Amino acid sequence: MRPVWIVLGATSPLARAFAIEAGRAGAALLLVARDAERLAPVAADAAIRTGAEVDTLVADFAEPAGLAALATTCWDRAGALGDGPVCLFAAAGTMPDQAQIDAQPELVRRVFAVNAVSLAELLQRLAPRFEAQRGGRIVVVGSVAAERGRPSNYVYGASKAALQTYLQGLRGRLFPAGVGLTTVVPGFLDTAMTYGLPGTFLVAAPETAARRIWRAAARGREVVYVPWFWRWIMLVIRLIPEPLFKRLKL
Amino acid sequence: MADLPLDAQRRLRSATAVRGGWGRYPRATMSAWRPESPEDAAALLLRADGPLLPVGGLRSYGDQALLTGGGAIRMLRLNRFLALDTATPAVECEAGVTFGELLEVLAPHGLSVPVSPGTRFVTLGGAIANDVHGKNHDRFGAVGAHLDWIDLLLVSGEVRRLTPSGTPELFAATLGGCGLTGLILRARLRLQRTSQAVEVRYSRHDNLEALMAALVEARNAASYSVAWLDAVAAGARLGRGVLETAEPAADTDGPRASDRWLALPFDLPGGLLNRWTVGAFNALYYRRIPVGGRTRRLPLARFLYPLDAIGGWNRLYGRAGFHQFQCVLPEATAPTGLARILERVTASGRASFLAVLKTLGAEGAGHLSFPRPGFTLALDIPRRPGSLELLAALERLTLEHEGRVYLAKDSALSAESVPVMYPRLPAFRRVLAEVDPEARLQSDMARRLGLRGGG
Repeated sequence: MRPVWIVLGATSPLARAFAIEAGRAGAALLLVARDAERLAPVAADAAIRTGAEVDTLVADFAEPAGLAALATTCWDRAGALGDGPVCLFAAAGTMPDQAQIDAQPELVRRVFAVNAVSLAELLQRLAPRFEAQRGGRIVVVGSVAAERGRPSNYVYGASKAALQTYLQGLRGRLFPAGVGLTTVVPGFLDTAMTYGLPGTFLVAAPETAARRIWRAAARGREVVYVPWFWRWIMLVIRLIPEPLFKRLKL
Repeated sequence: MADLPLDAQRRLRSATAVRGGWGRYPRATMSAWRPESPEDAAALLLRADGPLLPVGGLRSYGDQALLTGGGAIRMLRLNRFLALDTATPAVECEAGVTFGELLEVLAPHGLSVPVSPGTRFVTLGGAIANDVHGKNHDRFGAVGAHLDWIDLLLVSGEVRRLTPSGTPELFAATLGGCGLTGLILRARLRLQRTSQAVEVRYSRHDNLEALMAALVEARNAASYSVAWLDAVAAGARLGRGVLETAEPAADTDGPRASDRWLALPFDLPGGLLNRWTVGAFNALYYRRIPVGGRTRRLPLARFLYPLDAIGGWNRLYGRAGFHQFQCVLPEATAPTGLARILERVTASGRASFLAVLKTLGAEGAGHLSFPRPGFTLALDIPRRPGSLELLAALERLTLEHEGRVYLAKDSALSAESVPVMYPRLPAFRRVLAEVDPEARLQSDMARRLGLRGGG
């Protein structure tokens, strides 16, 4: 039985590294991204590094109009790649600087649309298929920013919070059908999102993070922090009383 | 695509820091960009102000990958394998792929790179920009002899596919060109079908003459050959060392090299390596080989990259850093030239860990390729007061014996010596004047050595 992983946002470093982990473990891959020119080398690379069968799909899943068709296409193409369960990894998102959002308030809509709304709708459309399959796994990347709203990053954080709350509910819905759902809560990953950003520390290489996520998903974990110590950092941050928290420059 | 400008802006963020080469001297305050795709890199060339320099695995020792006041373009994230042709065999990949990744990906196919530098952290782009050689140069030449093409992103934004016959001048300038002709994006490298393990034969030779004679014999007989030389031993034992020759092992599935062996997480105190400690280490290294020699079977990667066994070994020399000196001397002048260089080093009392002595075969194809027929000697010189004088003396000795110094290693050469050591420098400069007239691409090494010419 060969499982198939659909990887959304496959050109992001974390998704690419996760796809390579899945490929090494013997899965077939359907890599989905919106930029064909960037996707082609990522797909060739995953195939050469892992020997996996790799298919690609160019789609912008931030476009609401195409989501129904996208869900169908994704599922059918993935099903054709292997005889095992279809699984899904989603690491798509946008993180404009808060200052830019302050200058262009219409970006709030864009951030929520990409990070939360489109992904939730797509998952909603795929959920019955996962239930019918009675198995498989979904891994979705959230953010530590979702766990406490901070002036430096609250629009992004709020969009991820919406996503993570949605995932909690979806996890409960899919559980009876034997479908697992892992929420990934990354701290700082060493990607273009954080490169050269002041105030970042202990950034994790995407390859290291992907390995940890892969293992956590394989063990059926519900929530995984990467790197691991962010679980404890966020525990402390969540415990700070709001009257004090609002005074902190975070 | 409302967020495209935002994304583009985000990718163009840079990080400023004080950086050094592998020798940790000299240092430079500079910024660094890290594009995630060739498109990002092209956007960067168009939008960034000031001088820029593409850099790879940062394994060059001196200031080749430094640019004071400018911006490095770190190519490591452009590391995608694009095509693997197991029939020819050949591989196409982006320039940020390292030799470690190449070996790992190729091994299951019974393939390997024909030529490899001494550390697996070197990127393919960096290997091309230095036309690197390995322990099999006599038979295989340098990396440039195995390239079908190079995709080069010029500062104009144009991507040109370079081939030895189609674009001979730009190809020859890019090969060994220290990253100054443009950004090497991709290349197609011809491969070698080989065993993943080697049978290594060790033999010890108690002076320079004997060691050189053994190397000459090995260059025609062995697939790989390299000598580790005790650069502390003086007098009658000057140039004593251990010769390693290797042949691919007969059965193909060799023992697997582990990912990491050891790492040095901190700097050793500067004075810890002195002529006594290093002398003792070198003597042990020499004596562990019995007089009659011995044979051992090693994974290919372990044989190719012995220094990678200790991650961050450059910290052995402490915070002050070290210089590496590597020269090649022609066959005719090598016996006396190498003896004089070693005498000068031992007389200085500046401890050098094992020096490396190899033979080189054909002249490299790049305008600034290092290899030429002869003997090449590489040694570390810890940075202390007086080390620059020693390097100046070694430079003079190299010139006197019609040799040349390897730019990938250099941190101390004088600009006057470069045109003498590299007679094709004028041709290199002509290409640079054509493809980058405004000198957008620069490096501290290019400035120090006047590689661009014209002042």
